Amino acid sequence: MTSTGINSLRNGPDDHGRFGPYGGRFVAETLMPLILDLEAAYRAAKLDPAYQAELSDLAVHYTGRPSPLYFAQRTTEHLGGAKVYFKREELNHTGSHKINNCLGQILLAKRMGKTRVIAETGAGQHGVATATVCAKFNLPCTIFMGATDVERQMPNVLRMKMLGAEVRPVTAGAGTLKDAMNEALRDWVTNVDTTYYLIGTAAGPHPYPEMVRDFQSVIGTEIKAQFQAAEGKLPDAVVACVGGGSNAIGTFHAFLDDPSVAIYGAEAGGHGLDVENGHAASMAGGRPGVLHGNRTYLLQDRDGQILEGHSISAGLDYPGVGPEHSYLHDTKRVTYVPITDDEALEAFQLCTRLEGIIPALESAHGLAQVFKLAPTMGKDQSIVLCLSGRGDKDVESVGKYLGLLK
Amino acid sequence: MTTRIDTRFAALKAEGRPALVTFVMAGDPDLATGQAIFEALPQAGADIIELGMPFSDPMADGIAIQLAGQRALANGHTLRATLGMVEDFRRKDETTPVVLMGYYNPIFIFGVEEFLAAAKAAGVDGLIVVDLPPEEDEELCLPALRAGINFIRLTTPTTDDKRLPTVLANTSGFVYYVSMTGITGAAIKSRAAVGDAVRRIKSHTDLPVAVGFGIKNAEDAEAIGRDADGVVVGSVLIEAIARTLVDGKPTDKTVAAVRELVASLAGGVKGSRS
Repeated sequence: MTSTGINSLRNGPDDHGRFGPYGGRFVAETLMPLILDLEAAYRAAKLDPAYQAELSDLAVHYTGRPSPLYFAQRTTEHLGGAKVYFKREELNHTGSHKINNCLGQILLAKRMGKTRVIAETGAGQHGVATATVCAKFNLPCTIFMGATDVERQMPNVLRMKMLGAEVRPVTAGAGTLKDAMNEALRDWVTNVDTTYYLIGTAAGPHPYPEMVRDFQSVIGTEIKAQFQAAEGKLPDAVVACVGGGSNAIGTFHAFLDDPSVAIYGAEAGGHGLDVENGHAASMAGGRPGVLHGNRTYLLQDRDGQILEGHSISAGLDYPGVGPEHSYLHDTKRVTYVPITDDEALEAFQLCTRLEGIIPALESAHGLAQVFKLAPTMGKDQSIVLCLSGRGDKDVESVGKYLGLLK
Repeated sequence: MTTRIDTRFAALKAEGRPALVTFVMAGDPDLATGQAIFEALPQAGADIIELGMPFSDPMADGIAIQLAGQRALANGHTLRATLGMVEDFRRKDETTPVVLMGYYNPIFIFGVEEFLAAAKAAGVDGLIVVDLPPEEDEELCLPALRAGINFIRLTTPTTDDKRLPTVLANTSGFVYYVSMTGITGAAIKSRAAVGDAVRRIKSHTDLPVAVGFGIKNAEDAEAIGRDADGVVVGSVLIEAIARTLVDGKPTDKTVAAVRELVASLAGGVKGSRS
């Protein structure tokens, strides 16, 4: 739908919602009619100039787009190789890229006549963005959040509550993003008539992976234009962190057909890939399976039971990944690399000290990959990192890790 | 092909009563007790048995069935062990239909063709896989039909007349009407609406229609059985098992509790057409 070339990597998904073998619509029958309605509503909205105009207006005046492309001078000097740029998605309203998708979907929910919104959240960034658009558009909303995440992301829990959302802690399993998504699906199947499920990541049943990618693709499109204006060419590499992978696919999509641009996704390596159930790197350390409506790489045991995984970052602590990433992994267009908790923490601190920017722990995984990559590249080359979120929410948990708090 | 499911429904039709379909989770609370429960069901009055395949992320199930799956998995239960349970059951019971119910991923990881061959050999008659709508029929539904195993589809209150033919197209054995939009273990809101829905489905198909989700006691079973060809009971059986456990372990009351409840439900079903 998005490109014309026959061999383009930007053509997916097909009519069945597949990116190669990945994606699909693996949901209970109760949800199928609604998912088909959603797809039809999205196709119609995409072609409706009024819808597009409202979304563009909100992007400028509510979110604050375009977000700046910032030359990270001290980081560049420190690393001594490629020039490092940050795409400043953390400067968006609500503090992350998540708002891009939430605005697109809330307008769709309104068009479909839905009167209630639910969402899952890990780090709370998507929960906050959802609660924000629900406040603005006057829709009641319920956010499902793993109990472990409620604990480690308290500032975002408070923000959601102040925005008028009901936050429902989920105690099943390890109390992280996977469990929150299960519970959101249970709510959706129960309240399917009235409720819009605002999925925050580029995963789930078709058409969500496509829809979320389209709403986030503004990131890469802007990078391309801004980098052209700054350097008069394409960047040599783009980097983003990957949990479910919404900021990553949004960053990558504009560059998929530009072979000179190397693309890297930083997965959550947790305690290391050799530690069983100690990481959340579904592509580097998992294999294809079916969960939450799509076929994709998953962390699972040999009997197909899903593992909880681990990451210091709540937003990356998910055993799956968006299906388009699985496809880009198999086709090797994108290189997915695991970044450990310790590497992310080090990058978090370096960025804070060198640039005066406190990154989200999720984004710090992407930064850590930049720190590995830049010194291996020439000074005439450039890397763009999607700085997907700000780290205010993480200062308490990082403080604890660093022993600054008791 | 005629399967045990077809034969059983035909026999019950001649008898003039609906089927009692019971759901229990394989390996709950442990393998030996789960097997004893499974084998006690026909004697207690179950006409068709649905055996749950435990899954870590049962998105369509309420808390009772979630916990049952977790108890089984905590004991190391596997899909191969579930197939082994059916194999053992078949040595003693050649006629009671057994339907495996669960989610797709463990089957996908097992390997679809390998799973179907093993299931057929073990004596499995049908499959209900919650997260495989008709849009994904190539995955398992069509291979299952080729292997001689019924693929039983769920229809729901959201499946309208326009969609119903799509849902029924590759369905065999029986149609499972989910009485509500919701998860297992919730309560039925309107019995009259369930009756209307069953009649609506029957106007599209000659297959028997069983109704599940929200049937809690003999009275419910009797009322739903007036309209339906089968009444599916699951969560209350699982809850009855759970109530007898001490620290998650079975007691001498565990199998007996299931036997009593099934006998009572069977009484309800038998009364529904009298």
